[in-house]
Amino acid sequence: MNTPAIKDLLYKMADDQLILGHRNSEWTGFGPVLEEDIAFSSMAQDKIGQSQALYQLLHELGEAEPDTIAFTRNAEQFHNCQLTELPIGEYDFSLIRHFLFDHAELIRFEMLANSRYEPLAQLARKIKGEIKYHVMHANTWIKQLGNANEESISRLQNSLEYALPYALGIFEEGAHEEALQSEGIFPGEKAVMEEWKKRISERIEQTALRLPDFSQLQPVYGGRKGQHSEHLQPLLDEMSEVFRIDPTAEW
Amino acid sequence: MAYTEEEIRHWLEEVKDPEIPVLSLNDLGVITGISVLENGKVKVEMTPTFVGCPAIDYMKSDVKEVLAKHGVEEVEVRVSFDTQWNSNMISEKGRQALKDFGLAPPPKHNLIVELDILEEVECPNCGSHNTDLKTPFGPTLCRSIHHCFDCKETFEQFKPI
Repeated sequence: MNTPAIKDLLYKMADDQLILGHRNSEWTGFGPVLEEDIAFSSMAQDKIGQSQALYQLLHELGEAEPDTIAFTRNAEQFHNCQLTELPIGEYDFSLIRHFLFDHAELIRFEMLANSRYEPLAQLARKIKGEIKYHVMHANTWIKQLGNANEESISRLQNSLEYALPYALGIFEEGAHEEALQSEGIFPGEKAVMEEWKKRISERIEQTALRLPDFSQLQPVYGGRKGQHSEHLQPLLDEMSEVFRIDPTAEW
Repeated sequence: MAYTEEEIRHWLEEVKDPEIPVLSLNDLGVITGISVLENGKVKVEMTPTFVGCPAIDYMKSDVKEVLAKHGVEEVEVRVSFDTQWNSNMISEKGRQALKDFGLAPPPKHNLIVELDILEEVECPNCGSHNTDLKTPFGPTLCRSIHHCFDCKETFEQFKPI
């Protein structure tokens, strides 16, 4: 197996999960209604748990312990796409990000369930069932609020237009695309993106929202290479604050 | 002293899900393998219900504790995704225990969970199917929240996954 290629894939996936998980957790206590507070908190718990399992696979490939990987790196060592690190903003933005990201993620894990790298395939078979609930949740609210009233529709439309270039950054290709494909580990970012465009288009068509022409959008790349917005480092500082006080503490 | 797998499994009946204390790990279906090695060492294989389930560490130490109480000194508990848990793995006894606890058991499914199986869940209080999904997320990762139009109670379901 091509270990550098697998590590590259695992890092970006785990970092996406950890960072978006952390962002989702910022809704705890602040959700617009109690059910949404619980939903974003639950999705945070799922995603952070999934990131830990992915970091564990990296650990088995020789990388440091999951906590060390999660809490001791700086922004330029993170490989999450920039979409995941953006502040939660208002609920409409968090909902749109959740919708765009989780559709991509479900497709990714569905594909990885057939990976020839068996430890990842096993984990993917498990995770895809969990992410399905995240996607169901996003679809329900996009349909509801995307057809509700002028304010909800215009808020979602603005957030959609703002988030889409970042969402295309999910599919920024890495140096190992060909190796991952030829070894049957992962079908590649393009394959995920094509399916993603199809699925989100189907959902958006059921609402009063309009999807811009993808060919006119400039994807926001860089996250996979450690180039981030000014929002990531403060997030990492906050997330690792307690850990850094005493990295050897037992919990 | 040597033990049989059946003995170990029987003793593990005492280990309950910390979040649903009426359900044993056996009935929950998270014990995926028990082996007794020649040197008397016991190996227990487990898998979590949800990847991010915080209860797994408690379950792991409870397994060791209960087996130690029965004199099994050397126990290795391995948590892995070799066998991936799904809600069909909850036993019939476990499903009944959930119901008695006031939690709707997850409907059996063909491993493809669609939204429609979350609608019209049987109310564990009055048995009505005239119910509605309020939210697929609840007080723990494995529960969703529903409302019964007949007995007017809000109830939780162990999610099909």
